[in-house]
Amino acid sequence: MALAAHAQGAEHGSHGLDRLRVNRVGLWLFFFSESVIFGLLLSARFFLEGIEADHLDQLLGLGITVLLLASSITAFTAETAIARGNRSLCNWMLLATIVMGLLFAGGVAFEWSSAEFTKEEAFGTSFFVMTGLHATHVISGVAMLAMAWVMLLRGHFSPKSYWGIEGTVKYWHFVDVVWVFFYPALYLVQGVHS
Amino acid sequence: MRAVSTVSSGIACGLIGFLIGAGLTSLLRLAFGEDPWSKELNSTVGFVFGLIGWVMGVGLWSQWGREWFGWSVKPSNHEGWERYFTFNVDHKVIGIQYLVTFVIVFLLAGFAAMMIRAELMDNDARVFSNPTYNTVLGLHGIMMVAVAVAAVIGGLGNYAVPIMIGADDMAFPRLNALSYWLVPPVAFGLLATPFLGGIETGWTAYPPLSVLSDSAQTFWNLSIITFGLSSIFSGLNFVVTIIFLRAPGMTWSRLPVFVWAMFATAFLALMYTQGFATALLMVTLDRVAGTVFFDASRGGDPLLYQHVFWFYSHPAVYIMVVPGFGVALEVIGHFSRKPMFAYRYLVGGFLGIMGLSGIVWAHHMFTSGIPNYMHGPFLVMTEAISVPTGLIFLSALGTIWMGKLVLKTPMLFALAVIFNFANGGVTGIFLADVPTDIHLHDTYFVVAHFHYTIMGGEIFGLFAGIYYWFPKMTGRMYNEMLGKLHFWWMFIGFNVVFFTMHWPGIKGMNRRIPIYQDSLEPVNLFISISAFIFGASFLVFFYNMVYSWIWGPKAADNPWHARTLEWQTSSPPPLHNFPAPPRVTGHPYDYGLPTPAHAVIGVAASPAGGGGGGGGG
Repeated sequence: MALAAHAQGAEHGSHGLDRLRVNRVGLWLFFFSESVIFGLLLSARFFLEGIEADHLDQLLGLGITVLLLASSITAFTAETAIARGNRSLCNWMLLATIVMGLLFAGGVAFEWSSAEFTKEEAFGTSFFVMTGLHATHVISGVAMLAMAWVMLLRGHFSPKSYWGIEGTVKYWHFVDVVWVFFYPALYLVQGVHS
Repeated sequence: MRAVSTVSSGIACGLIGFLIGAGLTSLLRLAFGEDPWSKELNSTVGFVFGLIGWVMGVGLWSQWGREWFGWSVKPSNHEGWERYFTFNVDHKVIGIQYLVTFVIVFLLAGFAAMMIRAELMDNDARVFSNPTYNTVLGLHGIMMVAVAVAAVIGGLGNYAVPIMIGADDMAFPRLNALSYWLVPPVAFGLLATPFLGGIETGWTAYPPLSVLSDSAQTFWNLSIITFGLSSIFSGLNFVVTIIFLRAPGMTWSRLPVFVWAMFATAFLALMYTQGFATALLMVTLDRVAGTVFFDASRGGDPLLYQHVFWFYSHPAVYIMVVPGFGVALEVIGHFSRKPMFAYRYLVGGFLGIMGLSGIVWAHHMFTSGIPNYMHGPFLVMTEAISVPTGLIFLSALGTIWMGKLVLKTPMLFALAVIFNFANGGVTGIFLADVPTDIHLHDTYFVVAHFHYTIMGGEIFGLFAGIYYWFPKMTGRMYNEMLGKLHFWWMFIGFNVVFFTMHWPGIKGMNRRIPIYQDSLEPVNLFISISAFIFGASFLVFFYNMVYSWIWGPKAADNPWHARTLEWQTSSPPPLHNFPAPPRVTGHPYDYGLPTPAHAVIGVAASPAGGGGGGGGG
């Protein structure tokens, strides 16, 4: 019995342990830790270039930002839907989030290909590394959303047990919040043009 | 057989992953019309895929992968030696895996130190070429840093913390196993660097050299980033475990000091390790992807690296030394046979170090060309950190004062921590003060100071912990006479070597260059010979551990008559640590007071049964 319980690993808990709270705090600590890496890259951008910036496609930047912010709303709706037992709404909202996430990644890829600067200058280095690391997180978020979506289709999750969706959606919000800091630092901050 | 299949499937999947990664890169490069083989890029992608393959093969697939597909999850509990070679989620197994791994790494890195001393013994006769010397120096540095970061946290912490707080495992057991199994690729990666071109930068990997040098730098960077990942996972696990898994009655003010130290350390690891990862990621990108973070001719700045790197690597010394203090104070608390003096101030000291450690990093850069206005604040902040450290010393000395000291091996090592670190602390003042630091920067004075704090502070603490918990971990007793022999040999050897080392430092002997002024030859010869004698002391330790683990006499459940929870269960503890859920009823260090026992195990016991119960004494 003890062996069987132990094999469950994460599920085997101490005396009446609230597994959900433990998972939530663990996830928040992970975000806290991750935010340091993003914060350091953000600081590096200002350390190297001050408030100087090269030309970027403002319309595209605004567009993908709106898209990412909107995807946080659909992700949140997916979470509340499964909490209330509305599986089909959750299903569609997860799908919408995945599509918007992919569109965002596509927008970044387009921006990369059309950028007027290269990675071999300081602003370009900051821009490509910051957006690159963020896009990696977006794509891993999409992958996790897709895994949660497939699990939902296979009949997993219920209003009582939906940590898989909740955790993924929280991660998605985190990635979104990072962009809320990166977008102004890259697109909106404009120094005196030489 | 399970052990062989775990490790071999890890290696096989790792190799396949490496080939897939490197092959995909070649194909893509071919598709874009470039030369299909680029050493840096192919090996980078290969490393990432190989790492994923390794963890998948070793157990990630059989745990999370199969679970996601809804298949049965294979149990990972085996008895006997085989469990140490499988993806085992028991924190006790993981703790011993960490300890054994890092004791081996420690001995290898110590061997590298002997090679450094062999080179420095004689100014004229060269043992190594310059690049080889740099590689040996760098590997000694980074492997010892790895030992210092992970041996106490991963080894002693994993083993002792859950038992001390009355939990039956860590909060995330599988994540815990993952953080251990990320270590073998790191060890392999570091040990492989000498054969792939070596590293020329030492463990700090400063650009521009680290970007420009044609060496195994990229491979080294990736190994260290992986190690950082492991460190972050285990830090996260400790914080959550200590917050949520304490037994009923284990309030924050009843937490054993080692657990408090681990809590502060885990937070530091969680918060700052990303800095090292980011710094090395930037170097890797500069090398592999052609970015210009550190290329001053294109708008980059090498100083950026030093800021990001020391943003981690200064807190890292507290990641190393705070758990060392934790072990030392824990042992002093039990072996002085009287209540812990100023317990609350002690905890405040740990938390104070945690708070201050992140705002002192630029004291490593006083000679790097940072603006003058940064000198003053970083000088003051650095010296301010001696206040919380002083609180820890206050508690240690107050506990020893008028105590009935039991001078067994763990206690001797714990007292040595206090002695050595006091030395290291005093020399630290000269390095924190800008005027003296400008003279002493990058000399052997720094080396002496650093070894007094980290080796004298933490590694002595590590040995105190190993001897202290050895009977609990193995169920057998180490040989006390050999333990004491090891202590005195190591303590005297250490002090002779590193106290003497201040002298060539003050005279300006550079820490990274194997050639020095001729007048320092006699003192270097003396240090080298002392270092060889000092190094031999670890053979006693190694013999004692191996012999006692196999043939040592059976240990009692509580050989130290300590009050904390890990001594109230059997040696070694059963699978879930306690025969029945423990309940905490008193303070862990109330020796000689008529207060209730620290803890009772099982519900049948009476709530306040006087000083006896589970383990007064």
